[in-house]
Amino acid sequence: MAHDHTHDHDHGSELTETQLRVRALETVLTEKGYIDPAALDAIVEAYETKIGPRNGAVVVARAWANPEFKKALLADATKAVASMGHMSRVGDHLVAVENTPKRHNMIVCTLCSCYPWEVLGLPPVWYKSAPYRSRAVKDPRGVLNDFGIDLPKDTEVRVWDSTAETRFIVLPMRPAGTEGWSEDKLADLVTRDCMIGTGLPLDPGAK
Amino acid sequence: MDGVHDMGGMDGFGKVEVEKNEPPFHAPWEGRVLAMQRAMGYAGAWHIDHSRFAQEKLPPLSYLGTSYYQRWMMAMESNVTERGYATPEELKAGHAKTAGKNLPRKLTPDVVEAGLSRSSFYRQQQGPQKFKPGDKVRTANIHPATHTRLPRYARDKVGVVEMCHGCHMYPDSVATDRGDNPQWLYTVVFDSRELWGPDADPTLKISIDAFEPYLVKA
Repeated sequence: MAHDHTHDHDHGSELTETQLRVRALETVLTEKGYIDPAALDAIVEAYETKIGPRNGAVVVARAWANPEFKKALLADATKAVASMGHMSRVGDHLVAVENTPKRHNMIVCTLCSCYPWEVLGLPPVWYKSAPYRSRAVKDPRGVLNDFGIDLPKDTEVRVWDSTAETRFIVLPMRPAGTEGWSEDKLADLVTRDCMIGTGLPLDPGAK
Repeated sequence: MDGVHDMGGMDGFGKVEVEKNEPPFHAPWEGRVLAMQRAMGYAGAWHIDHSRFAQEKLPPLSYLGTSYYQRWMMAMESNVTERGYATPEELKAGHAKTAGKNLPRKLTPDVVEAGLSRSSFYRQQQGPQKFKPGDKVRTANIHPATHTRLPRYARDKVGVVEMCHGCHMYPDSVATDRGDNPQWLYTVVFDSRELWGPDADPTLKISIDAFEPYLVKA
């Protein structure tokens, strides 16, 4: 799209071609009656303030603290998360996969950027990037090294490529030394990356 | 389609670079693009697989040379103009010249909660499920010029069905306006050596979610 007339360097408010195209889309779609800018504001605000990895962290913490909930989560994550009641509906297709001393799970979407938004928020740039999407299915240990993680040689690495509408969340192993901790305190150890499988929970000794 | 979006297993893209304390959006326009996408999806203007297909059809250099939300923006422009919601001239002028088409509904502030929820992809089954967990299957050797969710690296490979996720709308049909065409969906797991040859890391297993038309009994 032409942007020849936007380079007015005498003004501090120069808009990039991208900004102009996005503004044109929003104006046209609004004037056509398809969208309401106030609803867009609310969507943006929700992703900036409410829908983030803390949602997933409280799910993981509850699974660590409550064996019945963990069982329910691994059997049907959609239902188990919905039973917690306080977060936006996760859709019908959430699957939780458990890390064990024998198996480490990692989530990717090689074809686009599928990610469990409702429990983790918006995906980080690296998750949507070519380096991660290309290597995760062929050299996950190399990718884990980029994240500073070196798994034992005999641990099975299981990569889940999200090629349909199923969404995956990793249930990491509960760190030792957290016996008797409250769910709230446990949730503080649960990072976004450990629920994607490119990280491990924080060290409880460091808290 | 066999496009650059289908990246699984490609070499040469380099290290994964992590940004510390990354914000949800790096500029306000990114949030507007995401929110517009949500609003148009809620309105029923197009389906998520139309958005994916529109991105896949971007010229390879555009796909690789632009940011994530720039790709979303370009895909949205394609869907808006190709599906007749506005003309290229209107987008260029930045104003509508005629009234919009009728859409089933509109995302307004009072229903934003609903707009934030993912819709269900379950659909009524059209026939019995062909496979069950434990079955050995071979993936199809297909190369459609249109949208598919069977990645190249997992075509014509033998794996094992691990889960069945019920019957879902079929992206290959939806993206080309041939209806939901519901199909059974399975998680199929492969040994790394089946995908990457004898030198592959033997501790590695990879799964995809595969629709039934992608699979035959092995």
